Amino acid sequence: MASTAIINKAAPTRAVKYGSMSRDRKWALRWSYFFLTLFAIFSLVPPLYMLITSLKSSAEISAATNPWWVFHPTLENYIGLLTSNQFLRFFWNSALVSIFVVTITMLISVPAAFALARMRFWGSATLATGVFLTYLIPDSLLFIPLFKMFAVFGDWTGIQLINRWYVLLIIYPTLTVPFCTWIMIGYFASIPKELDEAAIIDGASWFQTLTRIFIPVALPGLIAATIFAFTVSWAQFLYPLVFTTSNDQLVLPVGIITSLIKGDVFNWGQIMTGALLGAAPPLIIYAFLMDYYIAGLTAGATKG
Amino acid sequence: MADVTLRKVIKRYDEVEAVRGIDLDIADKEFVVLVGPSGCGKSTTLRMIAGLEDITDGDIIIGGDVVNDVPPKDRDIAMVFQNYALYPHMTVAENMSFGLRLKRYPKAEIKSRVTEAARMLDITDLIDRKPKQLSGGQRQRVAMGRAIVRNPKVFLFDEPLSNLDAKLRVQMRIEIKKVHQKVRTTTVYVTHDQVEAMTLADRVVVMNHGRIEQIGTPNDLYHKPATRFVAGFIGSPAMNFVPCRLEEVGGRLNIRLTDRIAFPLPAARAARYQNVARNEKLILGIRPEHITEAKQHTEPGVETFDVVLDVTEPMGMETLIYFMLEGIEVCGRVNPNAGARDGAPLRLAVDLNNMHLLNESTGVVL
Repeated sequence: MASTAIINKAAPTRAVKYGSMSRDRKWALRWSYFFLTLFAIFSLVPPLYMLITSLKSSAEISAATNPWWVFHPTLENYIGLLTSNQFLRFFWNSALVSIFVVTITMLISVPAAFALARMRFWGSATLATGVFLTYLIPDSLLFIPLFKMFAVFGDWTGIQLINRWYVLLIIYPTLTVPFCTWIMIGYFASIPKELDEAAIIDGASWFQTLTRIFIPVALPGLIAATIFAFTVSWAQFLYPLVFTTSNDQLVLPVGIITSLIKGDVFNWGQIMTGALLGAAPPLIIYAFLMDYYIAGLTAGATKG
Repeated sequence: MADVTLRKVIKRYDEVEAVRGIDLDIADKEFVVLVGPSGCGKSTTLRMIAGLEDITDGDIIIGGDVVNDVPPKDRDIAMVFQNYALYPHMTVAENMSFGLRLKRYPKAEIKSRVTEAARMLDITDLIDRKPKQLSGGQRQRVAMGRAIVRNPKVFLFDEPLSNLDAKLRVQMRIEIKKVHQKVRTTTVYVTHDQVEAMTLADRVVVMNHGRIEQIGTPNDLYHKPATRFVAGFIGSPAMNFVPCRLEEVGGRLNIRLTDRIAFPLPAARAARYQNVARNEKLILGIRPEHITEAKQHTEPGVETFDVVLDVTEPMGMETLIYFMLEGIEVCGRVNPNAGARDGAPLRLAVDLNNMHLLNESTGVVL
């Protein structure tokens, strides 16, 4: 609206210059709206389809009606899942694993990043690159050797970790720690050197510099890393599929697949409902932390 | 309250020697400014006093204690940084009290110290703001407040005014001087700005290439520079350097600048330079204010000569004039009413009582 007003005002005197400039901008805006809309549709259709399907009864799903419309909406899938101890158990396992993994990841990667970013010690630069390189190895390549390692470890010590949910607390950090460390190194490196020098002169120890200066200042980065760690551990599929098999040890993504697909019978209604319910916690966390994230940015935390 | 002593302090980074053996005695309550071009080692020296850089060799002594291996927090120093280095997530009061809170001072004591410092720096109204809500000058005040509340043995300033605009810089310069008059703490101040150095310092340390060129009061440095570097660095516009040689004509010592221009030296100068070899390549150092328009009555030692001006710069209270002498541009300062115009001839007077004679190859002032 503002740009059209400018055109109208300026049209009689400097029509060409003003007009072409804002016309450019208008076209840029149109194109960005076009692609944003396209992308929004592209990514929102699957969840919409899930929602529609989750509100249908099994009979309606298998009936050859319009798949994009619910004729007899029902909550029976939701009620079925939310009253099923097994499903709640999956949910509980997932929550437990994710919370622990996020905690473990942060406890390791924040001090690690601080050390790599600030304490100049022999080989710290190489180590920082090394940390990142480990993240580049795909989990589909790692799960077999990892499985073998845990199996051997079990044979040697008699401590059986395979098919226990807490084995995931050891495995997931191999994905989350390198990446979060990398993110935090970047954030910490952007903090002016004088800030920790000032803290050191003020009498802060390394640990106090980390907890009282670096963590508060790099809070947006910390939240980004937390979101990442949570998302990875919540959505991880391959590792839990391989490492956990008993129903009471399964996490949600694997649980839905193994319990709701019986042979070639797909319980689509409940699968969709389960997937939708499983997507809720990350959604809530994003919604909450995003606000915080942006607030953290606008509080001007990074400029010394 | 403490004196600071540096003994043969050396700082070596891999192959580069940033500081090449510095000896410096700073008295208690003294305001010393380290000045020099970038890369001269002045900041490194300051950071070594702070303990932020290890020293490669030598000794640093603060208040009688050798602090070579003492960590910064136990040296009882406070530092003000160029970019202020305020903690962005803390309010002004929290920024100022951070050091005291770490040392677990009683709350009442912290509050009274912060209030006192804020009052002194005129930032009482800003005490609950975050650094982001402050202007550059206000941030610099907070950074100084953070140093003051600690009541340290030594204040260290690392180019604290470089990020401020020209007007604010002058204002804060006076502010720093006032604070030092009130607090009277030993201060080491690093700057590349010779005006800051001259106006603030009790003594100025001029550094170049990791060495001290000269230590002295601002007036000493200005009037009795020891080397060509100091002579050229201190003063604006800079001192003129004109190649010259000495010659003896009829028993009087003359200084010859060009084939056309030669002046008899004043008696005091002639006596001083009597032993300088006549064939030595020399440089005449003369400050612009000692090249003025010729007056009716000339004082002894003031000689006149004629030039054609290249460029004139009217500054209001004076006019800077530029002319060529043996291919070297020379600057003078004349009265605005002296009739100096671009390209016009002018009779000038040079005051040889204030001349400096330098050895061209060593750069030492004779």
